[in-house]
Amino acid sequence: MNCIIVDDEATSRLVINQLCSQVGGLEIDGEFSNAIQAIKHLNQNEVDLIFLDIHMPDFTGFDFIQTLKNPPKIVLITSDTQFAIDAFEYDCIVDYMVKPIALPRFLKAVKKVESAILSNEPVQESTSTKSTKKESVASGKDLYVNIDRRLVKINIPDIYLIEAKGDYIQIKTEAKNYVVHSTLKKIEDKLPDDLFLKVHRSYVINIKMIIDIEDNSVLIKKDVVPVSRSNRPELMKRLNLL
Amino acid sequence: MEKPNIDYIKELAGGDKDFEKKLIAIMIDEFPTEKEKYYNSLELEDDKFIIEIVHKLKHKISILGLKKSYEIAVEYENNLRAGNSDLEKEFKETLSVMTQFLASL
Repeated sequence: MNCIIVDDEATSRLVINQLCSQVGGLEIDGEFSNAIQAIKHLNQNEVDLIFLDIHMPDFTGFDFIQTLKNPPKIVLITSDTQFAIDAFEYDCIVDYMVKPIALPRFLKAVKKVESAILSNEPVQESTSTKSTKKESVASGKDLYVNIDRRLVKINIPDIYLIEAKGDYIQIKTEAKNYVVHSTLKKIEDKLPDDLFLKVHRSYVINIKMIIDIEDNSVLIKKDVVPVSRSNRPELMKRLNLL
Repeated sequence: MEKPNIDYIKELAGGDKDFEKKLIAIMIDEFPTEKEKYYNSLELEDDKFIIEIVHKLKHKISILGLKKSYEIAVEYENNLRAGNSDLEKEFKETLSVMTQFLASL
């Protein structure tokens, strides 16, 4: 996880830095003594987590959060307990640590963040959420899916079929099939329009992988996938027909 | 009065002597400035800033293992927010103890 530290107190930044170094998987992208510097950094860089002090001169931690359009996960660090209730009003705030912070408490916060990332975003791109779908294909970006609390990378163009199965979806690639707790709608939003098409309420296909089409079904690899009447015109429109 | 210690710093360092030295150096560097700001804001009777700087100093009080003094600082901050300066004398004593301790490191 990429993280930044925003705290006007150098002592506090060093303490958090040290705690991060004692926990695997945390990489510090930057340390900032004021919110303005941090906002500038966030305008150009994507981070997964912010360790944020509430009490800073001129610009409080809460003011800072309100300037962020898509805030990453945030762990508040403060010498106060009185702001805990305010913290719960923000979805992005995962935990609230009172200084001085000991390693066990810090570990607990990091675990909360990991859980929050896994449970809130079961299917997510590893890349900037600002990327367009077309950009993600052109640059060969991947899709990360949550399987057994691990984020597993799938190369998007390798996916040939996605099938809805109740509360789960099955993602099929040539090499492997993945069962993920998610919905067809969520994954559809993450896939490039020029490559994928919903042909049935339970199926999204990679149109480049079609072998043949017969009446109301398409053959993709070894799978015969039904095509609903309402989706057929769009499928036909997308094909390079002779 | 209770004595400051570097138990928390050692615990945090986990044997990393460089970190210990670095944190103590930053404390030695940062604390006098904050203390000076506190006294200046008292002179200027800048209540908002007094509260802010007392709040900041609480962290350093806790880092040096001054548990009772930390409680006093919390109470003092609450008093300041309520508009009175009770425990100011005790808070100043804490700052004085910290100054001596940091000078001895």
